[in-house]
Amino acid sequence: MDFYSILFWVLSVLAVGCALGVILSRNPVHSVLCLILTFFAISGHYILMNAQFLAIVNIIVYAGAIMVLFLFVIMLMNLNADVEPQKGHLIQLAGVVSGGILFLVILTAVKDVKNQSMEMPTTPIGLIENLGKELFHKYTLPFEISSVLFLSAMIGAVIIGKKDPAAAHAEN
Amino acid sequence: MPVSSTHYLFLSLLLFSIGIMGTLTRRNAVIIFMCIELMLNAVNLLLVAFSRMYADVNAQLFVFFIMVVAAAEVAVGLAIIVMMYRKVQSVDINILNRLKH
Amino acid sequence: MIQFIYLVPLFPLLGFLLNGLLWNKMPKNMGGLIGSGAILASFVVSLLVFFEVRNPGFQGPVTVRLFDFIQTANINIPFAFQVDALSSLFLLIITGVGFLIHVYSMSYMHEDSGMVKYFAYLNLFVFSMLLLVLGANYLIMFIGWEGVGLCSYLLIGFWFKNRDYTNAAKKAFVMNRIGDLGFLVGMLLVLANFHTLTYKDFFTQLSSGGAGNGSLYFWITVCFFIGATGKSAQVPLYTWLPDAMAGPTPVSALIHAATMVTAGIYMIARSNVLYTLAPATLNIVAIIGLVTAILAATIAIRQYDIKKVLAYSTVSQLGFMFLALGVGAYTTAVFHVMTHAFFKALLFLGSGSVIHAMGGEQDIRKMGGLSKHMKITQLTFLIGCLAISGIPGLSGFFSKDAILTAAYEHNPVLYYLGIVAAMMTAFYMFRLYFLTFTGSFRGTEEQHHHLHESPAAMTMPLVVLAILSVAGGYVGMPEVFHMPNFLNEYLKPVVSNIGEGHIEASMEWMLMGISVAVSVVMIAVAYSMHKNPNFAPSTGLAKAMENKWYIDEIYDAVVVKPIERLSVFMNRFVEKMGIDATVDGVGKSVKWGSDRLRLLQSGQVGFYIFFMVIGMVVLFALSFFCFK
Repeated sequence: MDFYSILFWVLSVLAVGCALGVILSRNPVHSVLCLILTFFAISGHYILMNAQFLAIVNIIVYAGAIMVLFLFVIMLMNLNADVEPQKGHLIQLAGVVSGGILFLVILTAVKDVKNQSMEMPTTPIGLIENLGKELFHKYTLPFEISSVLFLSAMIGAVIIGKKDPAAAHAEN
Repeated sequence: MPVSSTHYLFLSLLLFSIGIMGTLTRRNAVIIFMCIELMLNAVNLLLVAFSRMYADVNAQLFVFFIMVVAAAEVAVGLAIIVMMYRKVQSVDINILNRLKH
Repeated sequence: MIQFIYLVPLFPLLGFLLNGLLWNKMPKNMGGLIGSGAILASFVVSLLVFFEVRNPGFQGPVTVRLFDFIQTANINIPFAFQVDALSSLFLLIITGVGFLIHVYSMSYMHEDSGMVKYFAYLNLFVFSMLLLVLGANYLIMFIGWEGVGLCSYLLIGFWFKNRDYTNAAKKAFVMNRIGDLGFLVGMLLVLANFHTLTYKDFFTQLSSGGAGNGSLYFWITVCFFIGATGKSAQVPLYTWLPDAMAGPTPVSALIHAATMVTAGIYMIARSNVLYTLAPATLNIVAIIGLVTAILAATIAIRQYDIKKVLAYSTVSQLGFMFLALGVGAYTTAVFHVMTHAFFKALLFLGSGSVIHAMGGEQDIRKMGGLSKHMKITQLTFLIGCLAISGIPGLSGFFSKDAILTAAYEHNPVLYYLGIVAAMMTAFYMFRLYFLTFTGSFRGTEEQHHHLHESPAAMTMPLVVLAILSVAGGYVGMPEVFHMPNFLNEYLKPVVSNIGEGHIEASMEWMLMGISVAVSVVMIAVAYSMHKNPNFAPSTGLAKAMENKWYIDEIYDAVVVKPIERLSVFMNRFVEKMGIDATVDGVGKSVKWGSDRLRLLQSGQVGFYIFFMVIGMVVLFALSFFCFK
């Protein structure tokens, strides 16, 4: 087995294991940490496929910003394993079963697709220079609009998170 | 056996299903949100794999935009969860049944 | 003038519309004038048409087509009128007698608040009756047939606030309807086998040996006859006519003496070509006519209400007419229709005059000696009684005698039974006369003070009808008098008796003599029995006769009650448990389903996500594996 394969399998096991950890752990903080590890594994996959830019962006944006945000919120609400609500066992079983059925159905549908080896010569596609060229040439408009999207998300988050002036007054 | 696109297909599918199972199994709103992020990432992985397979850069740019949208979504979503926590002092989704007929 | 034949039914129709639509606002006298005026106009036109038909240059039945009524691939039924001897004769009778009765009604109904409505209904009735006799095909006749049934219902139940009267109206309508079913089936049989309902085409097909055979003719004629029994009050559908006396007296005179009840006779006379081909049915007709004549006469002997006696008398005389039809003497039957219209209308209007004088009292046990106070009424009533009893010189003698002679030719037994009925006729009519007009007054003091002769508007029609009752018979005199029989000659192109008289003159004189003799004897018997009347309660046979042989009660038990029980049963099981349950069930199941579906909206987010995933799974499976 060559290096590529070993790397692939290690990263895969890491990813799947941490994903399971996310959904199985009772402490929310542990879930967050497992998810961070999952993101690292996926970034590893990106590097394996020479999508370097995306790998870095994945780490910075997802693991760095989004997950930290999650952690803040969990800390804010003081969630821990004691107050964690649990669904009934039957419902959990139904959920797992339906997820499994979905997995099997899609698997059956796509098992015969054409496959191609991933171990191919390194292409410059994933490099930041090429991505940038495409992004700012063909996708200028979506790029700009995504900035508007961020703006609206920021404003929205601020507005939603603001306390009622009346309620704030009452609290005071 | 060399790693082929089919492997990435299975991996992504697996991560996606694990995300679905998590969404269905947990009652904590924040954890459900995180499972959604997991599903998004599974799709991202698959897109990057296809981009490598077909030597198409557009797929990676799509992943970029997915990340953009995910970030914005997390911001707003967590704000909503915080507001919900302020109202009912809990993040249990079973409490949110005001839309009941 | 014949082309303007549509004016004849048009005037009464306009009268009906005017009076009917404006009945709140129309002053009473104006309503009466409009009604009577319309009939007078129709009478004038009918007279002109009659003269034109009587003209020797008149060529056969004339069809005046108004418009196409029913036009489909196989069936072509135009709305057309047929002007010939038979229809023009009936036109005269209907409009003439009708006009006299309208004039009478203007005075009789003067105090009634619904007088304008009354005239509207009367005009509608005359319109329908005219349609009936003028129609050129069975369908127009049927329209008129139903129309007169409707108007009969409206007019019998005219004083609708009284429950008994409306029940009588209902009874009349329902019994008529039963007969109408027979008529309809007959019509459909004709249409199916001969593809036409028009008289001309149908009779041409028949005489040229058409599509039918003896059995078909039998059934068609029987079905038509069932319709006739309903409309013309024969056994078994006659019980409505005595009850129909609940209506105002002029209505009884017009509808139940002169016109509507003769519709059956008209129908059979019109279809004489058909009936000649079905001798078995003719026998049935004769027998039923005779049975009805005798049965009704026995009941009339024991009745104490003026109008009921006259009603049963009408049923009995109709039986005579059907007897005439049954032995093939069609023109004789039409002759008797004419004379009967005169003297029966006279008798009814006279009784109306008596009732008016008695302040509404109809029981003859409370009358008596009215001749002192009401000379005109008494004289005209006497003339009517003499006419109906068949006293020589008056119209009834000629027509009744012709019927009995024809019966004798066919089968002597019919003749003897007919004589029995004629005897009873004379008896009960003169019983009525003597009890009402002679002797001493048996009513209350108050009624005695009230007695007076009726106003001119009521007595004039009585006088005119009395004159007609005397003179009307001379148009149809039998052979032995060696005078031309105008009526037979007039009607010959359209309808003629089967087997014109083949008995010797001496035989005929003897028959005439017998019938006159028995009538005179019965009059004398009636006089002696009722000089000092004794109204003890009846026992035994007399009691049965007074109670109409309990036929109404039998009908009630055998027909009405089972149907009522059936309808209750159907209501409970079919209507409530079946149909209502099904319809309600649909609603209830929808409600139940929606109640269950509502539970899907539990408000639980996790629940919704779960079903989303299930849906996704199903969609994926379907799209990947079913729809390629």
